[in-house]
Amino acid sequence: MRIVILGCGRVGAYLARMLAAEGHQVTVVDRNSAAFARLGADFAGNLVVGTGIDEDVLRRAGIERAEAFVAVTNGDNTNVMAAQLARDVFNVPRVICRIYDPLREEIYRGLGLETICPTLWGATRIKEILAG
Amino acid sequence: MYIIVVGGGKVGYYLSKSLLEEGHEVLVIEKEARKCATLTDELGASVLQGDGCEVSTMAKAGMGRADVVIAVTGDDEDNLVICQVAKHSFHVPRTIARINNPKNERIFRKLGIDVTVSSTELILSQIQQVIPAQSLVHLFTLRSVGVSFVELKVPPDSPALGRPLRDLGIPDDCILPLVIRGGQEAIIPYGDTKLQAEDQVIAVTSEASEETLRRILFG
Repeated sequence: MRIVILGCGRVGAYLARMLAAEGHQVTVVDRNSAAFARLGADFAGNLVVGTGIDEDVLRRAGIERAEAFVAVTNGDNTNVMAAQLARDVFNVPRVICRIYDPLREEIYRGLGLETICPTLWGATRIKEILAG
Repeated sequence: MYIIVVGGGKVGYYLSKSLLEEGHEVLVIEKEARKCATLTDELGASVLQGDGCEVSTMAKAGMGRADVVIAVTGDDEDNLVICQVAKHSFHVPRTIARINNPKNERIFRKLGIDVTVSSTELILSQIQQVIPAQSLVHLFTLRSVGVSFVELKVPPDSPALGRPLRDLGIPDDCILPLVIRGGQEAIIPYGDTKLQAEDQVIAVTSEASEETLRRILFG
């Protein structure tokens, strides 16, 4: 599968490595080229420097041919805008958007975005562990 | 009207000032304490310090009863989210977003924002001297109906000089609601009004008639 990952933080880099190791064609986009160091020297995917809410940058990352797009920058709003660009402008079939703010996540899930909210997941899971 | 302005930078400041002068109820949402203090001290505007992208801040601002929400932060992605959340969660009838990257205009339109304002052009319109000759500056565009508010400066060699507006052949879908003379005198023109060199003209025009207007005023 051709996958574009926006944001090369811990989650983005880890995901990119896992997917590339499984043989997927992965392109990682980050506005800070130093972030690519997280991918390790043996990373086989493509790297694009730029902001993910710029359609020219996304085109350079091959979004027009991508089968999946994942937005995991540390900015909720950047993820929301990039995910909508991917879905509504570039018609990427599968778009996943990380949103830390649970309220915003609920709104955009309601608007049809496929979202994940690590805040809610983490808090719920910790509570479960505490409850035994 | 109750108008919420998100972003208390330069654009937000002048916007709020004008809206207050027009008698609107204005609330500004701004993150930085320093900017909040300026807005309160200089404008007497109601200011809420907080992140305007946060749903809780929006609720505190009484967004549910706002007639208009205007997002003028420096970040396009924030302005998009503010307008979308205002529209979908708080059912604000009218949302206006400032855009910084001109290419985002099309995207914002596609994502359901009715009105976009290009900050670049807005700033141009405030600094009259830099309006390029022979050019219409787009103040804002109502995409859904294909109508633009444009501004221009009448050149010294304009073929329209000294002739009544009604004789200029201005198309029906184009009106000139305001002429500013000498940078201070506001004239609401009618058919007898004659333009002078250096007049600033505000026009409301369909996109189709822009070129005709340009020809009439610039030759």
